[in-house]
Amino acid sequence: MATVKAHLPGTFYRRPDPESEPYVNEGDTVSAGDVVGIIEVMKSFHEVKSEEDGTVSKILVENEDAVDAGQEVLELG
Amino acid sequence: MAIKVLKPGLLTTVQDAGRIGDYALGMPPSGAMDSFSYRAGNYLVGNEDGAAGLEITYFGPELAFTEDAVIALTGAELPPKINGDECPTWEALRVRAGDVLTFDYLKNGARAYLSVAGGVDVPEFLGSRSTYTLIGLGGFEGRALAEGDEVPIGSSDDSASRVGKKVDDKHIPRFGKEAELRVIVGLASYRLTEESMEEFLSVEWTVTPDADRIGYRYRGGELRFVEREQPAGAGSDPANVVDFGYPVGSIQVPGGVEPIVLLNDAVTGGGYATIGTVISVDRGRLAQTKTNDKTKFVSVSLEEALQARKERREELAAIRESLG
Repeated sequence: MATVKAHLPGTFYRRPDPESEPYVNEGDTVSAGDVVGIIEVMKSFHEVKSEEDGTVSKILVENEDAVDAGQEVLELG
Repeated sequence: MAIKVLKPGLLTTVQDAGRIGDYALGMPPSGAMDSFSYRAGNYLVGNEDGAAGLEITYFGPELAFTEDAVIALTGAELPPKINGDECPTWEALRVRAGDVLTFDYLKNGARAYLSVAGGVDVPEFLGSRSTYTLIGLGGFEGRALAEGDEVPIGSSDDSASRVGKKVDDKHIPRFGKEAELRVIVGLASYRLTEESMEEFLSVEWTVTPDADRIGYRYRGGELRFVEREQPAGAGSDPANVVDFGYPVGSIQVPGGVEPIVLLNDAVTGGGYATIGTVISVDRGRLAQTKTNDKTKFVSVSLEEALQARKERREELAAIRESLG
């Protein structure tokens, strides 16, 4: 099963700002290069992108969860 | 000879032993945050103490070598690959012209060091090649490396003889997710209540995502200051004192929450009570904690700190000796 991994340790956000919709929800289709979340670390924000095409089958972290580098953040079906 | 930056990573900067001597003018030292790993890297490739290398933070760059070179990677567990094949760390390696160095995801620690025989040959600013990004001076054009940069490397005479030399396993630090850092209590610790000082030294603090080369901020407790009448010249926050110098490694607690340890790129003085100072030997360990890692602060005496510093110098000398 393909997954998208966090490339950095930090705080994971599912949406670009508190008022916006999440980048992706379960069931959404994504293409390689699509942003699926952002990670905050060292006072800056960094986009997490899918490396593959697919359908989001499961989101593995909550908004504002602490993530490690290499941690899987979502599964692609 | 140069290193071409194909991708810069998160924060890759030129650093050396630091810009020492202008602290009183408000110039922090910058320099490698984990000086032990940085120095060991220089010894591996046969550089003079103080030669500049690259400090790589949290996420590795993609670098290409324009000519044959001898390199070493030390510090955090950020698994390196040459042309896609895993390669050892804490060992002098031969790379060929056109070889590409990449990194896997960070496993432990926070900062890896790339040393190259000959050293990074950017111009010195106030006696150092370290990057001080806040004011845009030193290092490579005063900033973190960016895609397309060509970082100049100095020449080296006998680098071929270094290839295969390794730092003995017993000297290689292991960076888990929990760190214990020794502090000397003071200079303005009298501002904290006794209970709060006990709490500071017993809480398991969590490194916040803000932590960077300027300072490390922690969460986990709330500290209280002794009631007092605001002195002339001090701010109104109970954490304020009349301005004084901040030692590198000093700990302040604005508002009583979230202690901050000031580090290599920090302001050199100000009006917050510093309740302790992380000893110099342990600042490298501090710099190898990453966001969400745990930290405990342990009180030691000045004598213990000086003894630790002596032992660290002896260990570095032994490493240098062993590498010939």
